[in-house]
Amino acid sequence: MFNPPSPHEVKILTRRFGVQNSHTIDASLAHQGYDGLKKAIAMGADAVINEIKASALRGRGGAGFPTGMKWSFIPRTSPKPKYIVCNADESEPGTCKDRLLIQNDPHSLIEGIAIAGFTMNSNRGYIYVRGEYRYLIYILETAIAEAYKHNLLGQNILGTGWNFDLFVHSGAGAYECGEESALLNSLEGKRGTPRLKPPFPATHGLYQSPTLLNNVESFCAVTHIIRDGAADFAKHGPEKSGGTRLMCISGHVQRPGVYEMPLSTTLPFLINEVGGGLRPGRTLKAVQPGGSSSPILLPEECNVGLDFDSLAKAGTMAGSGGIVVLDDTADIVAYALRIIRFYQHESCGWCIPCREGTTWLKKILERLNQGEGTMKDVDLVGELAKNMFGRTFCALGDAAAWPTGSIVKKFRGEFETKLAAVQARQVPAELVNIG
Amino acid sequence: MATTTAPPTVINAKLNGQDIQTKPGTLLINLTKELGIEVPAFCYYEGFSLQAACRMCLVQVNSSPKLLPGCTTIVTEGMVIETESPLVVEARKSMLEFLLTNHPLDCPVCDKGGECELQDMVFKYGAGESRFVDIKHHEPERPFSPVVYYDPARCILCYRCVRVCDEGYGVNALGVVNRGVLSEIAPNRGDQLNCDECGACIDICPVGALTSNTYRYKTRPWEMKHVGTTCAHCSNGCKTTLGVRNDEIMRANNRDSSGLNEEFLCIKGRFGFDFNHHPDRLQSPMLRIDGDLQPVSWSKALAAVAAKFNEVKAAGGKFGIVASNRTSNEENYYLQKFARTGLGTNNIDHARTGDVVTLVDALSGKQGKLATMADLYQTKAALVIGSDLAQQHPLLAYELRRNWRHHQARIYAMTPGPVREDKYAAATARVAFGEEIAALEGWREQLAKEPELLILFGDSIKGASLRQLVDFGESLGIPVKYVALVDYANSRGAIDMGLVPELHPGFVPSGQPGLTLPEMLDDSQLDVLWVVGANPLANRSQANPKAFVVVQDLFLTATAARADVVFPAASAYEKKGTVTNVTGEVQRLTAAVKTMGTKTDLEIFGLLGKEMGLELGIWSPDAVFNEIRQNVRGYNVTMPILATGGAAPTTPVNGKVNVETRSDLVHSAGDTLFTSGSMTKYSQVLNTVAERPGQLYKPV
Repeated sequence: MFNPPSPHEVKILTRRFGVQNSHTIDASLAHQGYDGLKKAIAMGADAVINEIKASALRGRGGAGFPTGMKWSFIPRTSPKPKYIVCNADESEPGTCKDRLLIQNDPHSLIEGIAIAGFTMNSNRGYIYVRGEYRYLIYILETAIAEAYKHNLLGQNILGTGWNFDLFVHSGAGAYECGEESALLNSLEGKRGTPRLKPPFPATHGLYQSPTLLNNVESFCAVTHIIRDGAADFAKHGPEKSGGTRLMCISGHVQRPGVYEMPLSTTLPFLINEVGGGLRPGRTLKAVQPGGSSSPILLPEECNVGLDFDSLAKAGTMAGSGGIVVLDDTADIVAYALRIIRFYQHESCGWCIPCREGTTWLKKILERLNQGEGTMKDVDLVGELAKNMFGRTFCALGDAAAWPTGSIVKKFRGEFETKLAAVQARQVPAELVNIG
Repeated sequence: MATTTAPPTVINAKLNGQDIQTKPGTLLINLTKELGIEVPAFCYYEGFSLQAACRMCLVQVNSSPKLLPGCTTIVTEGMVIETESPLVVEARKSMLEFLLTNHPLDCPVCDKGGECELQDMVFKYGAGESRFVDIKHHEPERPFSPVVYYDPARCILCYRCVRVCDEGYGVNALGVVNRGVLSEIAPNRGDQLNCDECGACIDICPVGALTSNTYRYKTRPWEMKHVGTTCAHCSNGCKTTLGVRNDEIMRANNRDSSGLNEEFLCIKGRFGFDFNHHPDRLQSPMLRIDGDLQPVSWSKALAAVAAKFNEVKAAGGKFGIVASNRTSNEENYYLQKFARTGLGTNNIDHARTGDVVTLVDALSGKQGKLATMADLYQTKAALVIGSDLAQQHPLLAYELRRNWRHHQARIYAMTPGPVREDKYAAATARVAFGEEIAALEGWREQLAKEPELLILFGDSIKGASLRQLVDFGESLGIPVKYVALVDYANSRGAIDMGLVPELHPGFVPSGQPGLTLPEMLDDSQLDVLWVVGANPLANRSQANPKAFVVVQDLFLTATAARADVVFPAASAYEKKGTVTNVTGEVQRLTAAVKTMGTKTDLEIFGLLGKEMGLELGIWSPDAVFNEIRQNVRGYNVTMPILATGGAAPTTPVNGKVNVETRSDLVHSAGDTLFTSGSMTKYSQVLNTVAERPGQLYKPV
């Protein structure tokens, strides 16, 4: 179910991991399950929002927007229905944390959503689960049914007179549907393409009604923040990036896995102490610190903190917490191709620069990876990435252009070496000058 | 709502270094358009939802670090906008470069070549050379329907077609399938369309992705002469621009958005012109010799008719004249003059399709009660009674829908069966023909709360029930306007020009007795039956089989087949003149093509009159229209409007008509979107599309 824990972890969200049958409501209730919801009901909506603001919790889906601020944007008194939507469309390469939270502790997610529902005076919530995570739907639906039985969902919850229904909805396998407005379109049964913003989902979300949309981990964090207080959570991170987060370290480390670490953790510490360091005799080549969308870091740039602001300052981003480590055996050209293949395949096709740009980049990188092309093509990759960046309809285009641009900029030499190596091979005379 | 500080009435901004002012809420792209500065765009299309998908209109705005799309950015106070800065120019260039990576450069054989927006933009803003050396993604071209073809490789995915079909027409037959670079437009039935077959998607396509099967690979746009005229089919009177090459109509559209229909056309307007070139068109006069209709010269045929007419006239015999719903105002006017002063008879009638006479009479003494087409788009509320507008009056349906989309107009539909308006109407009711007036009382309270109302009614409302409807409307206490729905291109003009025995032109009572259409056919004493552009003997015979029958028509109709003399007439696309649409607006017909051997009906009347020795005046369309302007009430229209292809409103009368009109003779032919009276048979397109004419409700 999960990798062996690290002694350096601070287990807040993952505290029930490893408890016998941790996915059941009995296990959850035995470990303070739904205490947060009860506390929230006692505190009242305004206090809940203030508590989240005080925790300095920032959205764990990728953008890192302050969660408390987001909650305060929802017009709670609007006569329209208010919706709570949980984004469980975890698809960022390198990120695999929401899956563990749902698998091991679905009730902490349901509790977080219920707290949001109570706070927003909402009567309906949805969990939008990535299509490939279909097996999690059974877990979630079982947990939801348990919560209904315990009157933690449904009619007149805990005698408050407040009703809240929660549904699970499956995506159909599109990375784009992790973008909040595309998710809402998909949830409404429409094509999963992003919407024009503004208006934002806070006021015009699901069915054009006020909608609170958060990542799985964010909702889980809310559960613990409300139960144990904002200070208890905030103390684990720097001032503006409170708490812990589930860091997914993968690639060339000895102990890849998902570790709940304070946001004050630094990247070298994560790689060397938590991830077990590089394989013996290997040297670090590069790190993508925030999922495949984040610009790549050279070894000399890696001495950074893993909180949102430190990584932004380093010219990259914390993203969804997927840290990909590459050692000197990695072929960076192939890596660039692997990334762009993903984005090309996942581009929804709505806007021109992303649809055509990712396709063109893929075609060039495919050639370069086989040693066909010249350094002019490498420059073209950089230029196309620049032409895409900031000009696409949603962030998917940026997510494709940003790492690609950073790779060709920082590893131009690797491209040169690869091209030269392939082209220097002995070519049979009869094949020269063909084409 | 609590009053706050008054919003600013003017916004000051800076555009390319110039200080400018604009209204609050103006979209940046519209501002530049007003100022004559081009900001190119593919997906932006005025009147439809915003997409911001093509990223062509990215401009630099001081409030944002990123370039912003002009199509979704609202100009705000103090905004500094650059549309030609190096960054913007470079972004545009790169956007076109991206687009061309998968767009086939087959401009030399593409139908759109020469009028392609992508071609124009690449010419103006694109890079001189291509950096793309890889293999393009390609998908084969495929038919969506007998009229619409789709070439996915050319498609730039601007979603204009999807929006015009869904938002514009309310048909929603096009969508997008697949993802990313494999995305393509798909029809609603998997591999084919089931829709109105209006072809709006073809016209709105900025590139050659959607093409017309009736036009594709036939000609280049610059080889055609583009002639603006009025559609020959239904009464809505859409302006259509015919592309003509070598006396053949190659296509019809209205891409310049001129005319009352702007870009709207239905299948009949866009493709239904093909009857004009049908091989069955009559091209020679025919005379019955030895029992058979045989081709003869014009002079011989005219002489035969003139001799017979003079003989019957001298003997005091009985004429019966059946006029048309499609001939021009000039022809109608000249024909009734021919009958009344030339032949001395008042036996003139046509197939009446709407009770305009009673409406005008019931509204006597009131001003501004007859709605124009523009009113349909502007009115706050509209009530449709007894007509499936999308089937019978597609432009009216489109305008009401557009009004609802843009102004949230409240539409009420009271029809016997489901109609397209149901989807968005404020209220709908299923009411059988003849029971509408009683049912309307149930809506009285709701309707009286509307600030104004526009009532459109079909042929079930006529005579007494029409008077009751007007009483109802006038008792609501709000401004109410009316439209009496009529069938064909000049049904309204036929009534206005006095093609009924009881009225002279301009709703002036004739004061003389005269035979109505059924009475003529039932009269066993009738000597001459003269049929102009009509087919009264399609389903019945005449009481006097020996009557001398003269027919002027495009085709050998059932009536023409029984005639003694047949004159080959020119179609509406082959003549000059004017027609009046359902909302009483006069529009111009322009002669776009000519079919050898035909003459216009006006010319036939003139020549016949001359042959008979009558003095009926010059038979040129201009001279006759001048006479109409002087003699027919309401037709003294502003000439420049007509001359520039506009629609000039007419105001028939403002007083009692004082005549017992034969409302019982009013019957709509019940045409659908895919039929057009006897012309249906001769339009290949109307007969090849898969859709069958929809079920229409026939008045009992």
